Amino acid sequence: MGIRYPYPTSRRALLRGVLAGSAITVGVPFLDSLLNSSGTALAVGTPLPVRFGTWFWGLGHTPGHGVDAKAATGSGIGFKGETQALATHRDIINYFGKFNAPLDGRSNYPHATGWIASRTGTAPDKQDDVPAPTYDLLIADKIGTRNRFKTIDLSCTGNPRHSYSARSTYNRNAAEVSPAAFYGRLFGPEFVDPNKAEFTPDPRTMVRQSVLSAVKDDRQKLMRQVGVSDRAQLDEYFTSLRELETQLEVQLQKPAPNKACLVIDPPQDDGVQGNETGVEITRVEASHKSFARILAMAVACNQTSVFNVVFSDSNSSLRRAGESVTHHSLSHEERMDPELGLQQQTSWFNTRSMDALAVFIGTLSSIREGDGTLLDNMLLLAGSETSFAKNHSVDDIPFMTVGKAGGRIKTGLHINGNGDPVTRVGLTAMQVMGVSIDSWGSRSLQTSKSVNDILA
Amino acid sequence: MIPVVSHLRQWVLLALFVFAGLGLTACGPAEPVTESAPPDMRRLTEEQYRNIIADVFGTTITVSGRFDPLVRTEGLLAVGAWSTSVSSAGLMQYEEIARSVAAQVLNETNRPLFAPCQTSDDTAFDEPCARQFLAKVGRVLFRRPLTDEEVSARVSFARRAADSLGHFYDGLSFSLTSLLVDPEFLFITDFTEPDPDQRDATRLTAFSKAARLSFLLWNTTPDDALLIAAENGDLHSMDRLSRHVDRMMASPRLNNGVRAFFSDMLEFNKFDVLEKDSIIYPAFGTAAVRDAREQTLRTITDHLVTRNGDYRDLFTTRKTFMSRPLGMVYQVRVKAPENVWEPFEFPADDPRAGIQAQLSFLALNSHPGRSSPTLRGKAIRNMLLCQRVPDPPADVDFSEFNDPNSPSKTARDRLSAHATNAACAGCHRITDPIGLALENFDGSGQFRAVENGAHIDTSGDLDGILFADGAGLGQALHDNPATTSCLVNRIYAYASGQSLSSRNEWMAYLEEGFAADGYSITALLKRIASSTTFYAVAPADTSEQEFDLAANTSPVE
Repeated sequence: MGIRYPYPTSRRALLRGVLAGSAITVGVPFLDSLLNSSGTALAVGTPLPVRFGTWFWGLGHTPGHGVDAKAATGSGIGFKGETQALATHRDIINYFGKFNAPLDGRSNYPHATGWIASRTGTAPDKQDDVPAPTYDLLIADKIGTRNRFKTIDLSCTGNPRHSYSARSTYNRNAAEVSPAAFYGRLFGPEFVDPNKAEFTPDPRTMVRQSVLSAVKDDRQKLMRQVGVSDRAQLDEYFTSLRELETQLEVQLQKPAPNKACLVIDPPQDDGVQGNETGVEITRVEASHKSFARILAMAVACNQTSVFNVVFSDSNSSLRRAGESVTHHSLSHEERMDPELGLQQQTSWFNTRSMDALAVFIGTLSSIREGDGTLLDNMLLLAGSETSFAKNHSVDDIPFMTVGKAGGRIKTGLHINGNGDPVTRVGLTAMQVMGVSIDSWGSRSLQTSKSVNDILA
Repeated sequence: MIPVVSHLRQWVLLALFVFAGLGLTACGPAEPVTESAPPDMRRLTEEQYRNIIADVFGTTITVSGRFDPLVRTEGLLAVGAWSTSVSSAGLMQYEEIARSVAAQVLNETNRPLFAPCQTSDDTAFDEPCARQFLAKVGRVLFRRPLTDEEVSARVSFARRAADSLGHFYDGLSFSLTSLLVDPEFLFITDFTEPDPDQRDATRLTAFSKAARLSFLLWNTTPDDALLIAAENGDLHSMDRLSRHVDRMMASPRLNNGVRAFFSDMLEFNKFDVLEKDSIIYPAFGTAAVRDAREQTLRTITDHLVTRNGDYRDLFTTRKTFMSRPLGMVYQVRVKAPENVWEPFEFPADDPRAGIQAQLSFLALNSHPGRSSPTLRGKAIRNMLLCQRVPDPPADVDFSEFNDPNSPSKTARDRLSAHATNAACAGCHRITDPIGLALENFDGSGQFRAVENGAHIDTSGDLDGILFADGAGLGQALHDNPATTSCLVNRIYAYASGQSLSSRNEWMAYLEEGFAADGYSITALLKRIASSTTFYAVAPADTSEQEFDLAANTSPVE
């Protein structure tokens, strides 16, 4: 067995040169003028990438205290009450109301069915069942294979299991919980600054890729030794291996420069370091703020094209210091205030969650890219798992798109789904991100109807 | 791939007649004729991965990274491991961890310990050294000897990598990395071969038998003696295999296996994210959280392994171990210095008896800022009795719990509201009478006599057995037949990835044996590890129709 280099001839020749010990330096000067005049593409012809992300919070909104209801789709989103903080960003948001998750008689597993149905297009048959891949991974399959990280998963609660990205029940992504560790992985020795003039392919990266090739060489032998069912497990493993190979291959190429990319300082004194776990809300907010800052650069530096942020888990365990009950417990135990028409403490957590989303949007929009911001080249899909947590309703689960997806969508719209399946939102997001898919979901969640109102 | 009850019908009857009187178990019934499952594979758990690295390279090598989560299945993460693969992000983490481990193993400080020879010129490729190192390490990591061809391939790889990087140990390090990301390391695979003693039958290879045995008893890779036994064919002789079972049962490492099983069964993985409000529970800090877990594991191994005690007595024993941080929460005096454990026994009239009254169980099954009779009752049903408590209805209203105008002061008062709600009453009837018996212990597990100024009533019942307090609950658990049948089911599922129906003959055999052995868990482990059934496999479906074996060989374009 020798080292295999699965590249086109020219790349193989380059790598052979490096492996022979004669490091090749590809000198590419960076100039601000590398962007074209419209700022939508690099002057060298490479368009600015369009990225996809999700932002999740648990327990939705209190009905009537999220946004103003609209009888029909139209411009202008009436952010109020719990979502007031989003009002300043209304022009780059689309709000999706009255989209439902019909279950066809299946159980509504509290705080699970909502996210699984909306993210996989299929209602689960049992608790914790993930019957199909979540849409972020289908999008990552399309746009994420040419980045250093195919996806980035972040959990602000300190629990790596608070991740809603999965290929199947038994193939789930673990979330990063430490901003410092995330920073270390991102800007560690393997980070290649795209704005540096000099680029030298790292021979260690080439050897790493060869490690994977060496492992892959034994695939057929191993597959023949195991039964059919085990081959499915192995097949997933080897698929992951191929993807990692490709990701390493990308690191051997001079990255496209992007002025938006800056190597920022590591997180310090943000209230999280040394306190990586915990659902006390100020700690979660500090973690979220720190993650947002680093993630924005991960995106700007093209380290990933797909990310998932979990602000709070699906049955939100957020709590206030010194209080004995969590957000989730409150949602069931707190009495409705008859005058205000809400549960005051529960609503407080709902509001803080939307405040956090506003912070996240603000962080991304503060990064200039081309003649706009990161959000101009991004589709962020923010959503929850329930509409009204008190009764675990999976109808009218709040969803929002944020950003313009490279001009592919219109924004500032309130979309009234009129009871259509929530999968229309996911289908549209996948189509906007270039996934070749005409129809998505199963049973009553199946749809081939895009939300055309938002398409540019 | 999912070897649970629903797949039992797919099993093939093997007609494995087992002879009684082999002297393989302490006493009890003879092993019955049973069915076998097809060979299977499971991903290493995080703990197994860490154990192997520590066993092979020493505890100074740090394993730093995040592992893909396992899904708790049939009550155990270990069962979920039999269906789990590796995600794209997960493989990236494995690769990073592997490089880190390999770099540590072969750094200037450690390489004299692990590399069998030292080259005077680090830029020159020392092939004999590389060959010896990779063959030796590969044998332990793959749980079988590498073939000459495989060793040559890894050596060749190391040479190419060393040539590229200009350093012998860098090349060797990357070759070690290739072993650590290989599916033969990351997955424990049942490899099979034709059984020479039974026509048309299949058996596990000796190395796969060694792996099954070692991960069951020690939760780590087979040691050198077991691999040698596999090489010699000893493990195909039940008589000689039983000698290795005895050897391994006598090792202190058995504690590791028992700790791993109970950590899984008691869902101690939740300790990683356990959080208590520091204002409400100031004594339950980081050190107490760490020691709460350790206390219960020490109690378990001391009682079940060191003393070979009756499993049922775990729920009534007052013997445990205490550390200084725990003393603060238990409000008892600890004489031992910092970081030292001392044996401790609660007085006979103390409300604490059994592991269900220790901080680990009480704190894990509570909210961050208050206790939860429902969570505790549910945990006892699920974890200790293998009884599934249905999920709450979607439309649920617990507002009585938080009503500031409610006259209710205790959890019992508040939970009584559920009795009037038919949708809630059914489930709460099977959880709350158990959990309320532990209400003398707050959300951190600290004793309290009153709640909101009101006396706490700890009476309850378990399946019709009435008791006055937590100690009575422990006795009821001790006497409940589901307690022991659950343990048998869980431990066999842990060992094999298979959950057995209560009517299964094999299950009945293990239960009867467990009783005959005085509910000794070491005897139960020995009975399983020495059984024919534990190693029996049905022929695998190796049809090539469902998979294109030639696929996945090209790089992604």
